[in-house]
Amino acid sequence: MKILVTVKEVAVVDDEFEIDGLGIDERYVTADLNEWDEYAVEEAVQIKEAGDDVEVVTVTVGPEGTEETIRQALAKGADRAIRVWDDALAEAGLLDPETKAEIVAAVAADEDPDLVLTGVQSADDGFGATGVTLGEKLGFEWAAVVNALDLDRDAGVAHVRRELEGSVEALTDVELPAVLTIQTGINDPRYASLRGIRQAQSKELATKSLSEVGLDAAAVESPLEQTSLYEPETESEATVFEGSAEETAGELATLLREKGVEN
Amino acid sequence: MSVLAVAEHRRGELRDVSLELLTAGRELADDLDGELHAAVVGGDVDAFGEKLNREGVDAVHTVDAGEEFNHDVYTQVVAQLAEELSPSVVLMPNTVDGMDYAPAVASRLDRPLVTDAVALDTDDGLTVTRELYGSKVETTIDVHAERAAVTLRPSEWPTAEGVGDATIEAFDATIDESAVRSTVTGFEEVGGGDVDITDADVLVSVGRGIEEEENLDMIFDLADALGATVSGSRPLIDNGWLAKDRQVGQSGKVVTPDVYIAIGISGAVQHVAGMKGSDTIVAINTDPNAPIFDIADYGIQDDLFDVIPALIEEFGG
Repeated sequence: MKILVTVKEVAVVDDEFEIDGLGIDERYVTADLNEWDEYAVEEAVQIKEAGDDVEVVTVTVGPEGTEETIRQALAKGADRAIRVWDDALAEAGLLDPETKAEIVAAVAADEDPDLVLTGVQSADDGFGATGVTLGEKLGFEWAAVVNALDLDRDAGVAHVRRELEGSVEALTDVELPAVLTIQTGINDPRYASLRGIRQAQSKELATKSLSEVGLDAAAVESPLEQTSLYEPETESEATVFEGSAEETAGELATLLREKGVEN
Repeated sequence: MSVLAVAEHRRGELRDVSLELLTAGRELADDLDGELHAAVVGGDVDAFGEKLNREGVDAVHTVDAGEEFNHDVYTQVVAQLAEELSPSVVLMPNTVDGMDYAPAVASRLDRPLVTDAVALDTDDGLTVTRELYGSKVETTIDVHAERAAVTLRPSEWPTAEGVGDATIEAFDATIDESAVRSTVTGFEEVGGGDVDITDADVLVSVGRGIEEEENLDMIFDLADALGATVSGSRPLIDNGWLAKDRQVGQSGKVVTPDVYIAIGISGAVQHVAGMKGSDTIVAINTDPNAPIFDIADYGIQDDLFDVIPALIEEFGG
């Protein structure tokens, strides 16, 4: 059995930052593995550990600089990684879910996985649409926002729970092959062990261009164009208490007593 | 140039976001000088159809297909409706179910999709406003296409009111059952525990800013001193530091206490959805730009590890 996991490096923005054109000034940004993908990787690795003959392959659309992040997934137990990038991608504007799904679908067509796990969304652009688009493109079944997964390989079914609004979960049976978008909290992602980090250095990380996955530059053309980026106007009307912690705590205590808070 | 808005329902109830889509859809249809069509798929379609007949709706299409949401059915039906009506924009909700079918509909129709819109504009083609980096910045996206699909963030538009004079018609969709390869086998309420945070007058609510599980002791000490109940935001429940029954937010509980004290909570939209109805909101956070201050009545922009012990002392803890 083969599990494909999409892994994205995301930009984490500092509390204080400046905007530079259509992006955040790089001085205020650190790169990290997308939080949702961390849970997707963990879920795949747990399936691998619980069963026989499971291979976990990560796929990333991103430049060379993302390899350190990809190695994190390898250090946590993924077997090998594929990274797709070339000049056409580097020069592309917005990489929308359609574009990303097309690229991952091309990789999947070659890898022929039984299961694809993606994060529900990425922490930076938060489209939350790549996984389901991918399912549609591959002709796979899918389920979005999965917070429990019980795989019945013999029956070819994934029994999942989809986390709905308001503390309700939908129990759903999904036929394989399938794409599942994984919600945070589904598991407890491990820290990479020193041994894992060492092993990750020698695991295969293949780099492919668009043409090597069977696409051409037209694949990155998108009808969506990002035209502006700005800080939203703050609508804060909060009364902010100033001073030392003792002073602000004192003022807050007075307020709370006025509101009737008292043990 | 019409607009098609797809309603959402669950367990016999039409969800509010359906009526919000009608408001946004009417505005768009006015801009495009076209009709607003609404669609409802499955459930008690006759009753839902009547409810969707709000002021400004020109037509409601009902599709009698199953009781509950199934993305394979929705994808087929909405795609067929869109092909029949050829609307400029298909509006769908950016909800958990919306996320489960909207991308497939857009892909099948070969329409560009923009998700989680917070504003729409048609001055010069369709422009969608959305947020990035957990609401830190907003961005505008121009859609260079004749036809598009957009999902709308819930609670950004008011619900459509009044009674309209829409035609309500059954749409005869053809459903290929062999393409329905997932089944909803049931629903389960989760987070029913000993603690009922919806019943508390005062909530001391804690987020990622608490950093370590052992630091929660301080929060429980504060709650004791105030006679309050402890609740939390999603990361603490994901980490297993607090039980699910204490989760405030979209996927947890909606709370409306007299006083809500948000400690180390940035105020992501999913969290705010669960607590914005509180009478008095106090936020304690080191980041002065945290969105929580946009809805707070009172704020302390300082380190919680300094403020909370001082506050406990104020209350003789």
